[in-house]
Amino acid sequence: MLIFAIRRFGLAFLILFVAVTVMFLMIRAVPGDPVQIMLGPRATPELQARLTAELALDQPIWRQLVIFYGNLLQGDLGIDVFSGRAVTDIVFQQLPHTLWLIFSSIIWSAALGIGIGAYAAAHPNTLIDRITAAISVSFVAAPAFVVALLSLLIFAVNLKWFPAIGAGEGFWDRLNHLVLPAFAIGLSWVGYIARLVRASMLEVMGESHVRTARAFGINERRVVMVYALRIAILPVVTVIGVGMGFLLSSAVFAEIVFARPGLGKLVIDSITTRNYPIVMGSVLISTALFVVSTALADLVNAWLDPRARGSK
Amino acid sequence: MTETLLEIDRLSVDYETARGDLKALRDISFDVRKGEIVGIVGESGCGKSTLISSILRLTAPNTRFRQGEVRFKGQDLLQATERQMRDLRGADISIVFQDPMQTHNPVLTIGQQMLDIQHRSKDSKADKLARAAKMLGAVGIPDPEARLAQFPHEFSGGMRQRIAIAMALMSEPDLLIADEPTTALDATLEVQIIERLQELQQEFDCAILFISHHLGVIAELCDRVVVMYAGAVIESGDVREIFHDPKHPYTRRLIDCDPGHIKERARVLPTIPGEVPDLANLPGGCIFRDRCEQAMARCATDVPPLTQLKQGHHAACWLNHEEANT
Repeated sequence: MLIFAIRRFGLAFLILFVAVTVMFLMIRAVPGDPVQIMLGPRATPELQARLTAELALDQPIWRQLVIFYGNLLQGDLGIDVFSGRAVTDIVFQQLPHTLWLIFSSIIWSAALGIGIGAYAAAHPNTLIDRITAAISVSFVAAPAFVVALLSLLIFAVNLKWFPAIGAGEGFWDRLNHLVLPAFAIGLSWVGYIARLVRASMLEVMGESHVRTARAFGINERRVVMVYALRIAILPVVTVIGVGMGFLLSSAVFAEIVFARPGLGKLVIDSITTRNYPIVMGSVLISTALFVVSTALADLVNAWLDPRARGSK
Repeated sequence: MTETLLEIDRLSVDYETARGDLKALRDISFDVRKGEIVGIVGESGCGKSTLISSILRLTAPNTRFRQGEVRFKGQDLLQATERQMRDLRGADISIVFQDPMQTHNPVLTIGQQMLDIQHRSKDSKADKLARAAKMLGAVGIPDPEARLAQFPHEFSGGMRQRIAIAMALMSEPDLLIADEPTTALDATLEVQIIERLQELQQEFDCAILFISHHLGVIAELCDRVVVMYAGAVIESGDVREIFHDPKHPYTRRLIDCDPGHIKERARVLPTIPGEVPDLANLPGGCIFRDRCEQAMARCATDVPPLTQLKQGHHAACWLNHEEANT
């Protein structure tokens, strides 16, 4: 298990390295002189030259990359061009807001999705199964931005149940501010996970080891909850790991619609102003988040399923 | 005569399907006495598996019991409540399934699974584990205590089947159902498993209902044989009687086709030409008629009844009736 974990995280770092390098090169490929855009049309040539040198933009691209990684290894993501603050400070200030949003979304949608899916699988082809199927599919089909705007309109503007914008102060207020954004970006995952759990459960329930468990008179509850669900949950864990990455991109617009602080808003703002250090910093963190969550999903799978651990 | 343990009495079972009822079992009758080994033989699709799942009532949702009884120690299992059935399963009646690679839960240790099946016992966990280890030792798994912590995929196929047998015998059942327990294994392992089953049967004194399409194994192991064809019993009797003096053409052909029975080198292995009739749309008369070389006019119109030919030997074929000779 330990060897598996080490190997898996080695792979995660490799993926992270490739992804960040590609991002680094891509952002340099965006047309327009970043220095000009950052400083505006009235900047003096001296000022432009100084910033170019500061950002090492006069160096060949491979040297820029080496400098970037060199700084990164020292935990230095550079300095924000406008405020002069360290990028790490700015990114880590925004990160908790996004993490809260993603985790709360995945937790409520996974809990509800697994519940609905397992129930539907236990009663296949009944009326309830059909109803949950219809609901799940419509959840999957509902675009998150539409859900976000509608829920904002209904629950915040008309009913005034939840606050419309911002992140709130203190634990309960923050939680209260999370409800609508988490609802909006988690809803389609409820449907998706429910469908997945149902299909996976039905498949496992048909396997012969389940018949064996029944043939020994083990009670049905234990057969379903331990013998079947533990196997049926494996693909769901993988999907949740990947889902974290998708939720990161959903978080971008949720943060804009609900005017929440967070990584997504930070990235959008800094791309429009060509604030390279901030863009790279946020991209690095969100890529790391994605890579780590998929690696964690694999580890959870390995813990649940001895066959996935590989030999020895 | 010893006490009857299991009586299958005129059992008929259908599967409801989109293209009509599939008559999987028709009018099945036979019994298993205490401590006896009864073999059920027949080709794939003849209803062997439907029969054993009917005994345990672990059938697919589209199964319909049309008539008959399955009596175990006098109680009709088809009328028993789900609760009563669960009390029997893995206690008085145990089963070893066909495919040892699929029969255990892949994510739980063997020890955990052997603990779980002792759910009726009030003993401590340590006692239960000790019992599990003892059973594994009895079926010939070396170093059983350590292996309880391992997962099914860490065992070979032969070992997994022995574990399955150990699990089935743990409750000291009165009836052990073995559903082609050696089909998925190679020939050397098959012999080992069969010998082990024989020893354990002596030790635990349980009756075994042994399903197989391997005639050699049946001849070796069983006291009596039931030959099934297309969902019906066509011949049954003492193992010696059946193998030395088969009274149904199908049994005869089956024995001729057994690889262990072929004496001369042949370019083409013997087979029984033709196909099993469509169970959703059964022809009238004898079900084996289309594949039978000795079919007569009468076979097309009347279904031959399962008739007693002598003490302990039944067959369902018109050839055994006086009219055939005239």
